[in-house]
Amino acid sequence: MKETNGEIKKMMIILSKAGLESVYAAFVLANGARMEGIDAEMFFTFFGLDAIHKKKLQHLHIATVGNPSMNMPTMIGGLPGMEALATKMMKKEMEKVDMPEVPEFIEILKASGVKLWACKLAMEMFHYKKEDMYDEIDGVLTVGDFYKKSEGTGVHMLFI
Amino acid sequence: MLNSKIIFMEKIMAGKTIMVNEEGFLVNFSEWDCNICEELARENDISLTDRHWSLIDYIQGEFKNQVPLSIRKIGKSGVVDIKELYQLFPNAPLKTATKIAGVPKPVSCI
Repeated sequence: MKETNGEIKKMMIILSKAGLESVYAAFVLANGARMEGIDAEMFFTFFGLDAIHKKKLQHLHIATVGNPSMNMPTMIGGLPGMEALATKMMKKEMEKVDMPEVPEFIEILKASGVKLWACKLAMEMFHYKKEDMYDEIDGVLTVGDFYKKSEGTGVHMLFI
Repeated sequence: MLNSKIIFMEKIMAGKTIMVNEEGFLVNFSEWDCNICEELARENDISLTDRHWSLIDYIQGEFKNQVPLSIRKIGKSGVVDIKELYQLFPNAPLKTATKIAGVPKPVSCI
């Protein structure tokens, strides 16, 4: 604390979920950090890997089941088409607040200097190869590598 | 209230007394001129090039037309892309560019 006077130098954001609401939260926080002159790196693990998976990143959905904020009974949320409908409605609102869709958002993050790392263990678990992932990710890391990159004063870590 | 505690102060820049807020943004755009712009740029460790000036022109144009600014919009403006925006203003680009252009700080999160 003393060294930086509490100033945030870098945000290390771990994304472990692929629900659109989680992905957007992580992306907005990473981009927002860069906008303030704070460095940002993202670590995609478990289902969070979908957000940088070439074939999946365009088709992320909102979770309508197990999401208390949806204000709908779990059984209704589980009906076919509900996720697609909720996602369509949310995307409409997002466009109104100038929120880009996931593929464009990733491009913005890269152009802003955010580092994107895929989790090695989760990649192996899902049988993903590096070429399955978004071309401009910065690499595949172990947890240990990620901690190494998080060293230093003024570095904060966030798990989503 | 978001704006209830804004403090304005006087500052002498390029031989003129101007009003700025606590973050150093000009309070009145009408007080901005090229000399003040150069001085604001120096304070923010930026040496202005033609590319900076093109973006400053664009930002001031959008401000005069009351169009809210965001990184995404600047990226689509055709003036600079986002990568170049970060090269021109490496530290907090939108905030720094608007400050130097003499317009209020954008409230956008994106």
